[in-house]
Amino acid sequence: MISYELIGISVLWLFLYGYLIVASIDFGAGFFAFYAKFTKKDHLINRLISRYLSPVWEITNVFFVFFFVGIIGFFPDTAYYYGSSLLVPASIGIVLIAIRGSFYAFENYGSKENIVFLFLYGATGLFIPASLSVALTLSEGGFIMEENGTVYLEYMNLLTSPLSWSIVGLAIVSVLFISGAFLTFYAARADDQPAVQLLRTYALFWSTPTIIAAFTAFIYLSQHNERHFNNMMDMWWLLALSVGFFMIALWLLYKGRRYGLAFISIMLQFACAFFAYGIGQYPYILDPYITIQDGATHESMGIALVAAFIGGLLLLIPSLILVFRLFLFDADYVRGKR
Amino acid sequence: MAIDTVLWSRLLTGLTLTFHVIFATIGVGLPLMIAIAHLVGLRKKDKHYLLMAKRWTRGFIISVAVGVVTGTAIAVQLAIVWPNFMQLAGNVIALPLFMEVFAFFFEAIFLGIYLYTWDRFRNPYIHWLLTVPVVLGAAMSAFFITSVNGFMNQPEGFVLEAGAFTAVNPIQAMLNTATPSKVFHVLSSAYLTGASLLAGIAAFSILRKGASEYSKKALKLMMGAVLLFGILTAIAGDVSAKFLAAHQPEKLAAAEWHFETESGADLILLGWLNAEREIVGALHIPKALSFLAFGDFNAEVTGLNEFPPDEHPPLLVHYLFDLMAGIGFTLVALSLLYFLFVLWKKRNEYNRWLMRAIVCSAPLAFLGVEMGWFYAELGRQPWMIRGYMRVEEAATTSPSVRVLFFLFLLLYIVLGTLCVFVLRRMFLHNPAEAELEEAAKIEEQSRKEGEPR
Repeated sequence: MISYELIGISVLWLFLYGYLIVASIDFGAGFFAFYAKFTKKDHLINRLISRYLSPVWEITNVFFVFFFVGIIGFFPDTAYYYGSSLLVPASIGIVLIAIRGSFYAFENYGSKENIVFLFLYGATGLFIPASLSVALTLSEGGFIMEENGTVYLEYMNLLTSPLSWSIVGLAIVSVLFISGAFLTFYAARADDQPAVQLLRTYALFWSTPTIIAAFTAFIYLSQHNERHFNNMMDMWWLLALSVGFFMIALWLLYKGRRYGLAFISIMLQFACAFFAYGIGQYPYILDPYITIQDGATHESMGIALVAAFIGGLLLLIPSLILVFRLFLFDADYVRGKR
Repeated sequence: MAIDTVLWSRLLTGLTLTFHVIFATIGVGLPLMIAIAHLVGLRKKDKHYLLMAKRWTRGFIISVAVGVVTGTAIAVQLAIVWPNFMQLAGNVIALPLFMEVFAFFFEAIFLGIYLYTWDRFRNPYIHWLLTVPVVLGAAMSAFFITSVNGFMNQPEGFVLEAGAFTAVNPIQAMLNTATPSKVFHVLSSAYLTGASLLAGIAAFSILRKGASEYSKKALKLMMGAVLLFGILTAIAGDVSAKFLAAHQPEKLAAAEWHFETESGADLILLGWLNAEREIVGALHIPKALSFLAFGDFNAEVTGLNEFPPDEHPPLLVHYLFDLMAGIGFTLVALSLLYFLFVLWKKRNEYNRWLMRAIVCSAPLAFLGVEMGWFYAELGRQPWMIRGYMRVEEAATTSPSVRVLFFLFLLLYIVLGTLCVFVLRRMFLHNPAEAELEEAAKIEEQSRKEGEPR
């Protein structure tokens, strides 16, 4: 029998992975929309982008809140340590998310094209993943400190840490790579050849930086937290699988066929790496203050949350399938005929 | 210094909630109105009502966007501004917080589908059915989040042992004694406010451009809703007062300036306190407080002096309570007056003064909701979790909250201004009548081409 706290963290990690994928598509799309406008290629792809994003942007945001509320529910100590130390950075994060979400809605539903909205939409698309990725760096330990009952963040340590910057870099290039590949697939479904060609170059362009950034971050991790690094090395096969899926995706993108399969390969590439990273961090949520066992909530609450989660999924999965059938896999909708 | 940080923490949270409550109330109230208008339109085969549902949804989605981002803000702020509260209470109250996100997720998904699938179903009733999960999701998320607030007032479902909550029963914590009356009050007042908002907009359009068929129908439908939900809100308010009298007497006593325990207590309206804490210039309704609290004119009502002075809520809440209740009754009276004019053929129900009053009732309804929440929150002071954790024990110790207060103030000003700006642009240059004409033209054209759509 697996303990409830292990189920809890697995579920949350799965959700964080889900957020990573859907949010990357969304964040990257914002940047591409702005970049295309800037290079006067917006007529090729911007309609396509907004056609995909319009029905799903709130869903993306809720993924984030879901993870956030879930981790505080399962592991209330995270509220204390991360909450106390992240007052300022998290607030800036919220402001960015607020600007992005509302400006997207204003731009999309409310008014005609506005270059300022589009710029903010594109810029926040890079800043938000960069700032959110800092939470992963913090969990490695050495940045959040507790002394005499007060918790604080070592800003200088964080800002001068190569690990922190390499993870930020990895976050940004991955966002662009994932998003580029997905939008290529979406354009291919819409049978929009000019858009496919443009988006395919975006995806290919960001593929090599992604793998380089991943290796860089991995090397800096070995210097910062050897335990975590060694645990990940023990799962070398998972990392090898990740690289394998990356090669498959790259080959398909390069050959210009089976874009759906290419995107699925990328999802698997990130799934393997993300879970290798997560499992390697076990049992810590915040090294060395919070472990999964000590930080977990009461058993009754843990079980209630797992039950609520299963019930919620039974409700949500059919609804999400409906959304995907209506907007993602309905060829007429994707082509703009509906 | 410590006091300062606590006060800034409260101000920051209060600011976010004050702003969020506007959009949360719209988020709960409007879907039901959209569903009603859509259903009426389908049953009567009347394109005016269908257009109402369409236009309201378009405006609604803008407010949902602001609601989503401010909701995210308050979710995160609970952890970063009140870390000790979340660490302690998270063990007991995480379940409804978690489920609230599910409920909202559900609402957001179906709202997206509903918005983009007009004309995609052969049977129009199937499209209407999509409003059901939106209305339910909104109501459920209101239920869950209100139960968290209920817990802060009426903490139940745990045992306190050595400073930590143990023997946790999440269901009992969620369904605490405060939850039923609070949820009833929040839901009915959100529907009342949603209807008042839409009635106000219809009246505004009648004042500006004369009474078109579209705005007359919208006004009548929504005034009906105001009447219905106004009465329900009054009942909910009464239920809430009786709950307070039984379970949180100090909160009711502070709102009513009821200092000494007595039977046959008077209800005090407005007035002020002099230096000796005597009530001056107030309206006394004999024995009405006893009736309000227990349904019996001679019942004994506990006074505020029964409680230690350092646990008294601020006496300011008296005005908040009076304002909230006063606005509630005004809205009901206004809708009664409107229907009186409708029935009484001699009077013109589109009388300019009546229209002006209905326009004013929209912001008034929101003010009423704000006052209600201010009362709920200030009336719980000095407690964060009543009887267990005071606000100063719950707050962050970081002095940065002061700067953040101004950062968020700026954010909300920008968001609020842009929201109004975008909504104006959306509707002012695109009146309902123009849309109806355009729809008729397209229909004409497709008939000529021999296509059904």
